[in-house]
Amino acid sequence: MADDAKHRNVLAAIVYRLRWWLVTGALLVAFTLWTGEFHQAQTTAILASTLRHSTPLVLGALCGMLGERSGVINIGIEGQMLMSAWAGFMVASATGDLLIGVLAGVAVGMLMGAVLAGISVGLRGDQIIAGTVLNIAAIGITSFFFTQGRTLPSGKLLPIRLGPLADLPVAGRVLFSNKPITYLTLLLVPVVWFGLFRTTWGLRTRAVGEHPSAAETVGISVVGMRYLNLILGGGIAGLAGAYLSLEAVGSFERGMTNGKGFVALAVMIFGRWNPIGAWGAALLFGYASAVQTQFQFRDWLTSDPQFVGMIPFVVTIVVLAGFVGRARPPASIGQPYSRE
Amino acid sequence: MSIRSALVPVLAVALAIAVGAVIIALSGSSPVDAYRALIEGSLSDPKSIGRTLEKATPLVMGGLAVAFAFKAGLFNIGGQGQLVVGAIIAGAVGYGISDLPWIIHAPLALLVGALAGAAWGAIPGVLKATRGAHEVITTIMLNFVALNLTDWLASKVWREPGVIVRTPHIEPSAEIPRWGEIPTGFFLAVVAALACWYLLRGTTFGFEIQSVGLNADAARYAGISVRRIFVTTMAISGMLAGLGGAIETNGIVGRYEPGFNAGLGFEGITIALLARTHPLGVIPAAILIGAMQAGGSMMQFKADVQPEITKIIQALILVFVATPIIVRWLLNKREADELSVSSTWGS
Amino acid sequence: MSQVSEATPALEAIGIHKRFGGVVANDDVNLRVEKGRIHALLGENGAGKSTLVNILFGLYRADRGEVRVAGKVVNLGRPRDAIDRGIGMVHQHFQLVPVLTVAENVVLGDEPSRSHTMFDFGAARRAVQELGERYGLEVDPEAVVEDLPVGTQQRVEILRSLYRRADVLILDEPTAVLTPQETDQLLEVLRGLADQGVAIVFITHKLREVLAIADEVTVMRDGRVVGSTTPGETDEAGLAEMMVGRSVVLRVSKTPASPAATVLRVNDLCVDDDRGLRAVNELSLEVRAGEILGVAGVEGNGQRELVEAVTGLRSVVSGIVEMDGHNITGLSPRQISELGMAHIPENREKHGLVGAHSVADNLVLNQYYRAPFARRGFRQMDTVTEHSRSLVADYDIRTPDVFTPARALSGGNKQKTIAAREFSQGARLLVAAQPTRGIDVGSIEFVHQQLIDQRDRGLAVLLISAELDEILSLSDRIGVIYGGRLVVVADASDLDRIRIGRIMTTGFDDTPAT
Repeated sequence: MADDAKHRNVLAAIVYRLRWWLVTGALLVAFTLWTGEFHQAQTTAILASTLRHSTPLVLGALCGMLGERSGVINIGIEGQMLMSAWAGFMVASATGDLLIGVLAGVAVGMLMGAVLAGISVGLRGDQIIAGTVLNIAAIGITSFFFTQGRTLPSGKLLPIRLGPLADLPVAGRVLFSNKPITYLTLLLVPVVWFGLFRTTWGLRTRAVGEHPSAAETVGISVVGMRYLNLILGGGIAGLAGAYLSLEAVGSFERGMTNGKGFVALAVMIFGRWNPIGAWGAALLFGYASAVQTQFQFRDWLTSDPQFVGMIPFVVTIVVLAGFVGRARPPASIGQPYSRE
Repeated sequence: MSIRSALVPVLAVALAIAVGAVIIALSGSSPVDAYRALIEGSLSDPKSIGRTLEKATPLVMGGLAVAFAFKAGLFNIGGQGQLVVGAIIAGAVGYGISDLPWIIHAPLALLVGALAGAAWGAIPGVLKATRGAHEVITTIMLNFVALNLTDWLASKVWREPGVIVRTPHIEPSAEIPRWGEIPTGFFLAVVAALACWYLLRGTTFGFEIQSVGLNADAARYAGISVRRIFVTTMAISGMLAGLGGAIETNGIVGRYEPGFNAGLGFEGITIALLARTHPLGVIPAAILIGAMQAGGSMMQFKADVQPEITKIIQALILVFVATPIIVRWLLNKREADELSVSSTWGS
Repeated sequence: MSQVSEATPALEAIGIHKRFGGVVANDDVNLRVEKGRIHALLGENGAGKSTLVNILFGLYRADRGEVRVAGKVVNLGRPRDAIDRGIGMVHQHFQLVPVLTVAENVVLGDEPSRSHTMFDFGAARRAVQELGERYGLEVDPEAVVEDLPVGTQQRVEILRSLYRRADVLILDEPTAVLTPQETDQLLEVLRGLADQGVAIVFITHKLREVLAIADEVTVMRDGRVVGSTTPGETDEAGLAEMMVGRSVVLRVSKTPASPAATVLRVNDLCVDDDRGLRAVNELSLEVRAGEILGVAGVEGNGQRELVEAVTGLRSVVSGIVEMDGHNITGLSPRQISELGMAHIPENREKHGLVGAHSVADNLVLNQYYRAPFARRGFRQMDTVTEHSRSLVADYDIRTPDVFTPARALSGGNKQKTIAAREFSQGARLLVAAQPTRGIDVGSIEFVHQQLIDQRDRGLAVLLISAELDEILSLSDRIGVIYGGRLVVVADASDLDRIRIGRIMTTGFDDTPAT
């Protein structure tokens, strides 16, 4: 009997800690069902759309998180995504191979991460300025070198159905017949969580982000860890870019990231620099974007689509104003590190 | 500001132009032809100078907006949003009111546009002062909101009848005249720069702003209300950007069109940093970038080089100006004047 | 105790020379530390002690000279090299990651792991427990470091070096943050370690400690070694003279106070800290014109919150702060300053000065908006310059001119700048928090003398300090703060070091009343 009591208490503790998430989730599910008029196809469409919109946000948040956890602000995620989307698209349309295109996107993201590290860690330049440089460079380069009219010879990435699971109602369509990068993203979330909190790499990363001189004192190379994390994170942002051009849209347009890199920062903060939290936050934001479809179903605001377009950005501001002041980023953020 | 630290941006620009030449060469064109065409299109005759100053005017205002906010340690990337808000409001006042003498109408339109920009800039300021929300994200988000909002206003509320989405042309009484080829708006921008410079140097308000930017904790301990400074500085910064938009609308374009002067937020940052955040330095920096933009089409026409190369050069300028150690190497200085805005993140 | 040792020294520094920009921090410095001995390194702030040990720990590289461990020359390019050679360091500002646990901090960098990537929490925990038992430094491995009291945090720092089997342990000003009783405990632990063969280097500027524990003393001044001796051969005055180069006034002379009306009254004050925990707990005190009330206590017992509440920088949960009978609770810092309160903050870099502003601007930092320094919002820079020149002269502030940025000044001159500013306001109450922390002896003497002079002119002074000597030397009445409460307030003549120390440590005053 004592064991049951103990298990009940543990469960109660978890429920209590996640109460706000659960309440919000319940409200959103109710809202979805109501607006979808309990119609399965529409509900499924909303949930699938939520997952779609959240994917680049999660990836962007993970990128930002790896950097910030080791003490470096990265506001250049937008630029990284844009360049990777462009690079992935250009390579894929030139070679005809989507996989190579994705790899190119990841590589470009890593390269930009290295540049950010070089400026902010190696040269000790201001981190926000370094990120801004990435953004400006990305806009410039992708516009300059882009030629109109290219297409992907074999179309965009196709969904992979996971056998009989894909035939389940609702969940089958939403969870089990997704495209490759979407699956990869769902895998990355627990992987990054495990890395940060269960491995020595994660322990060192967090130490470097909270108190770099303490880490240096015990022989950890602060500069090395930051380079590593920014490059890894850059790769993840690259994946996000490849997702946009190769999986979601199937082509490249100038400025196609449209602020997602910055929304990803809000997702990261809202998720308190934790992969699981960021995933939940990204789903929330993804829902805010997906809800446009709902509005169309109900003929709300169809003649004023601009207000619907504003929703993700307004939500970001509200989240920031409501939460960020109360959430604590890693302590050494923003300050260049030097040993002497 | 010493001669030596003024040398830094000059060297940075020279280096960026050199690298730009390499890129142009790599893309198959002749750098010499390209740069020659660029200069021809921007500085060779009164007409092209007029074009340069035209382009430079909103850049001065955008750069002032960013530089002014920097003084308080704030990073205002919302210049574009503040600018379009100011632009459309000025345009609305410009066309919506008739039978007003020029002497009242034109300044009124500018004033209301500036105030609209101030309000748009104050929002992130308030959010930072009361909730600690970092202005980098809130200003960028508000950019997108502003673009959507003005888009809607231009297509629904203040729409000129017809197919094109834009506001009607402003009344002649609201127009800001040109002085020969030179847009008068440019002089207004210069006046604004002088006003900012004097404000920061000679007034107690300016002292408070700088104190907050240099050490907000000590400023607080000295009795300065840091929150009040955040809000007022962002409001003034927004006002400068909004005024820039108003001048552009009522002086150059004559109406508000979506897609107006896109990217000004980032260009403002480049200019502010080129000017080492000095209000007077913004003027030559804006003229430089304005020249690059004005000569862009000539460069495309004569040397077959895409004008977007100027954006790459701008990015390079940004890198070379902002990075302390490169600067140190360039000048062999012992202590570079470091630019830092990251210290208020998360606070 | 001063035998000539035939054994190879555990650690030796020979001919160390280090320059930072234009300043020579170490000039031909030699140091010799024997196994199993406690070697004190004495000098005032800025003498070069920290530079030397940072070189020994691989944080800096010497320009010239060599370091030998157990007789062999070593190349110490980074702390890792020193750690691998058996040198451990306990820093003045702890190098611990606040949000991680004790176990995580102790093993960081040499983590026990399964299959090379996964962190073995269990092994780390066990290591901490074993080490704690062996050396008398028990700590809960699962505790989060930032929740621990300062004395316990220091234990974690020591454990970290012991985990890596240090043969030499360097401690940089370890007693700066401890109560007298905790200091005694630490010294016992160090003695135990020395008996087990560890060589100990102990940096301090406290003469009393040197005499209490060291086997040998090396004294540094202005970057050079000026002498080596042992406690048996000298006394406090002798050491002070070696440290400073002239005879030093160890206690400022003062006439008894003649206090007048009450200027500051604090009643049942309750204040929370940044984390929402109660830091000041129903605290009451009074300061009268012409007297110095010294509040002794180890940092972290609510002093900071008390000072911030009184000066208007922090909101008050309940209770009243009154100045000259006016209720000033909840007023803004500016309003309180205008009513006649001056404040010397404990962190001069962060709160006291805007480093990039000139000395002149810093000298008017709290009055820049008032006549004659400004008229209708426009600054009158001529007046500011004149005013600052006269202050620089009166207070002997060493600076090339008044336009030099404040950050270029030495610590002592920075503090003098702040003091000059606060003393020249015509205030009736001064709140001085840690006013002589980290500055040279000359400046300390100056500030102390200023405080006494101002007191004699009728200023009421609330002095908060963790330096017991300072409290005892300056105060007319003394209070001891512990856990946010004033445990005792009495005339200075009724309290002595031992009693105060006990209260600082335990929170109780169990001396029977006479």
